[in-house]
Amino acid sequence: MAADNRLTGQGERLADDFILSEAGAGALLLDVAAGAFDEDRQARLLALADSLSGTLGVEDVVPGMNNLMVAFHPLAVEAGEIRRRLVDGWRTAVATARAGREHRIDVVYGGPDLADFAAGLGLAADEVIGRHSGAVYLVAAIGAMPGFPYLSGLDPALSAPRRAVPRAGVPKGAVIVGGGQAGIMPITAPSGWHILGHTDFALFDPRRVPPATLAPGDVVRFVVAGVAR
Amino acid sequence: MIEILSSGALNSVQDRGRRGSLASGVSRSGAMDLPALDAANALIGNDAGAAAIEVAAFPFRLRFQAGAAVAVTGALAETRLSGRRLPPWWAVEARAGDELTIAPPTAGARIYVAVNGGIDVPLLLGARATELKSGYGGHEGRGLRRGDLLLLGPRVHGRLPEGGIGAPPPPGRVDADRPLRLLPAAEWPEFSDEARRLLVTTDWQVTAEADRQGCRLDGPDLIRERRRELMSHGIVPGTVQVPPSGRPIVQLAEANTCGGYPKIGTVIEADLWRLGQAMPGDVVRFAVVDRNEAVAALREVAGWLERLRSAAALYRAS
Repeated sequence: MAADNRLTGQGERLADDFILSEAGAGALLLDVAAGAFDEDRQARLLALADSLSGTLGVEDVVPGMNNLMVAFHPLAVEAGEIRRRLVDGWRTAVATARAGREHRIDVVYGGPDLADFAAGLGLAADEVIGRHSGAVYLVAAIGAMPGFPYLSGLDPALSAPRRAVPRAGVPKGAVIVGGGQAGIMPITAPSGWHILGHTDFALFDPRRVPPATLAPGDVVRFVVAGVAR
Repeated sequence: MIEILSSGALNSVQDRGRRGSLASGVSRSGAMDLPALDAANALIGNDAGAAAIEVAAFPFRLRFQAGAAVAVTGALAETRLSGRRLPPWWAVEARAGDELTIAPPTAGARIYVAVNGGIDVPLLLGARATELKSGYGGHEGRGLRRGDLLLLGPRVHGRLPEGGIGAPPPPGRVDADRPLRLLPAAEWPEFSDEARRLLVTTDWQVTAEADRQGCRLDGPDLIRERRRELMSHGIVPGTVQVPPSGRPIVQLAEANTCGGYPKIGTVIEADLWRLGQAMPGDVVRFAVVDRNEAVAALREVAGWLERLRSAAALYRAS
């Protein structure tokens, strides 16, 4: 099996929770999701990502939520070779505790959605603030927008479907939740997530290397810096 | 130095884009028509990574403040250098004070203007490409305006012959009706047989929602039989997403680095330029191919570029 470099033209189901698929000639997507987001699988994926970064022909290694995309130069390395590195790498990947940093992020709670969001869940606004600021979040992945953190660890009581109609411009610094995830807007952009507050915490600076302030494996705590009514 | 004489928020400094920063949420960016950018740089002997101007707002005008070799490729449009008409995909020597004017294209959407030495804007995260969506890179992180002055890198090659030199079209360029070749992607098996048939038999229309980030297509709804929520995952330019509306969106140069919509396929890298040259109202079709064809197509483009580089070098003074 390990020597099998075969690639099918579509999703290759090696197991129910181990699916490889092609994203063009120059990328492969490994999906190890088994139902809900799993922090242990994510830690293994991050270890696998570290081991693949900078290897021959690899251009980008992109952790998602319980998945990993590897982009490579298809004239510099065979897709079968990348597939082999992914298959073998996942089998042997061990969840090592990343030396993640801890960030305390000041939030002024309030904004256009807080009251409706709380009412929709049958909670008082203060309870939403208490639960959101009381949790410990893990940066699972960075992506979509420059420096945007996908945070796991949201209190399940705050899990709610995204807005039926996304907002065209959710402002930079908006502290948001959507589905079971939490995040912070690094730029003003469209989003269907709910706005619970605002922070001045800077998530991205293209002049820095790396440009994202947060990294997968980091821990985030939100601190109540004020409530705007 | 060159001076921009016409404003156009969609005209921007672009190179081959960023690699290695997707995991920080940094889009690739770069030219929407890479073979056209590559040809422009090859004609005048620039490094492959040199930055040029991607012109998407017309008419476009610039002035040379000093003599320089200039190459114009991409969409077909009436192009003049101080009144003298230039053939398509052509490079000539401009003199100090010459004005380059480009009329709206008769075919295609984007034109590349490369100047010897390349546009010398600061390297940011390994590239000079402008990220218009997020506002960084290129010239001050924005589209070009009248009065902008752009510095050029040092000239490394000799003069072009009188009258200039031209490039043969890249592979597949003359056959405008060729379908976009596509590899099936992760959720391909979850779409209905009918959806997969419609994908390749429909004349899809490019909507007005088409920019450097992506291109929304109009046509029949593509039904996904399995209604499973996907977790966010990395995506690349070329990804064909099918949101719940059923109408596909093809992600392009400034695609977000992660997405959550189901992916029916990925337009192969060698064909992405076709969407870079598509205008709202244009019709595109898809054809499913395999990895071997996708890689062979890239190899064919690489071979064309290598021959162009060698041929152009023969004509330039050493």
